[in-house]
Parts: sequence; C-alpha cells; structure tokens
Amino acid sequence: MEVPILKQGDYLIATIQAALTDADLLKLHYALVEKVGKQRSKGVIIDVTALDVLDSFATRTLRSLAHMVRLRGATTVICGIQPEVAFTMVQLGLTLEGISTALDLEEGLALLMLSKRREV
Amino acid sequence: MANETFVTIASVSDIITAREHGRNIGKALGFSSTDLTIIATIISEVARNILLYAKTGEMILGPTKNGTREGIIIIAKDKGPGIPDITLAMHDGYSTGKGLGLGLPGVRRLTDEFEIISEVGKGTTVTVRKWVMQNE
Repeated sequence: MEVPILKQGDYLIATIQAALTDADLLKLHYALVEKVGKQRSKGVIIDVTALDVLDSFATRTLRSLAHMVRLRGATTVICGIQPEVAFTMVQLGLTLEGISTALDLEEGLALLMLSKRREV
Repeated sequence: MANETFVTIASVSDIITAREHGRNIGKALGFSSTDLTIIATIISEVARNILLYAKTGEMILGPTKNGTREGIIIIAKDKGPGIPDITLAMHDGYSTGKGLGLGLPGVRRLTDEFEIISEVGKGTTVTVRKWVMQNE
C-alpha cells in the first residue's frame, strides 16, 4: 500500500496507514526525498501512529530518510510512536538518535513551526 | 502442539503475514497489547534473519504450555548457511549481514526463552517462547 504525501504550506505530511512492506517503505523514502526539492519544503512529518511494529528495518529506513531529508535542507519529525512500540524499540536496542519526534501530528507541526521561527 | 500455524518465509510480504498470525495467536492467549507488539516484533526480526541469510525458510507459530503457564512458541527454521560461532552472533553489536548488528541479542532480550541451534551448511533453528503474564 502506497503512503499518500500531503502538502501543507511549507511542510510535507506522510501518514502511514497500515503495516508497510519493506518495498512500500523504501518507495516512501525516495518519494519524500524527491518531493522536498520539488515542493521546496522546509519540513517533513512522518506519522507512524497506525504502525504496531517498528522493527530494525523500519527504524533504519526512517533514520536514513531523516538524514537524507536533512541533506536536502529540510527537517524531519517522526510522530505518533505508540507506547508499546516505544517500549519494544528500547528493549530491542533501536534508536532514532538525532531525529526529532513528537507525540502526534499537532505537536509535530508545532515543532516544525518553532524551528522555522528560530531560523528567521 | 495444537493449532499451530505454518508460514513459509520467502519474501518480505511473508513477514507481515507471519506477524499477523502471531498477533492473532497472542491475542487469543490473552497477551497484553505491549506483549502483542513485542511478539510481532520478534517475528519480524527472526523472519528477516531468514530472508537475509537463508533466503527462504519456515516459521511455526502456536500456543504452548508449561504447567499452568500459557504462552506462545515461535520457531524459525531455515536450511541456510548456518552460524559458525553462535556465542559471537549472540554478542550485542555483532552482525555479518545488512542488519543493525543487534538482531539476535535484541530478540533474546524480548523473549522469556530463547534457543538457537545452528550447523554450518545445514541451517539454523531459532525457538522462542513468551509466557502470558499471570495476574495474582
């Protein structure tokens, strides 16, 4: 299932709606890195609220996505990591170091706007 | 072992299938939502190991018992290259493949019982058990 990417002002929002295959996740990865340039976006939000599992592959893909988006001049915020998922990730030793996270979409947008204001 | 489910692992979409089966079995056994996520993640990681190192393999999922304790058993079997040094493979940070280097030790931390049998050239079998938390 492909993940829709919405444009909201200077930001791109990708809401993952169901368990993704590795191929879908990689597709999202490339689509976002490209769209950041096309739409001249300043920030990307990836909403993972619906995901019940973030395994090593998904975590690594999100991490490389965030780093690539940063190299393209935008900021990534990952939002909606469920408490069970957070618990499991820590037990497993998975981290999203250096990547901004937020409780939900609203907080994610607020975080991006705050970082934009600071730059001005 | 009654009501066991077999899942052939040959492509990445099989990982999601196996995960869903595990979640359903776990739900029927009365695991908490945190444990269900842990079970799905364990399945994800061991299935990924099969794809990464052996290309194909099989997973067996089902309920298990030990006295009054009930739980889930997850078996991942492959006829891949095998692991030459299991002690080394179980060290945090060790990996030969494209993983994160925390595959097996990470999985072990998530389980109650973890067993690995591997023979070079013959394959690897990982057996994992997780028990339902009992309320006193």
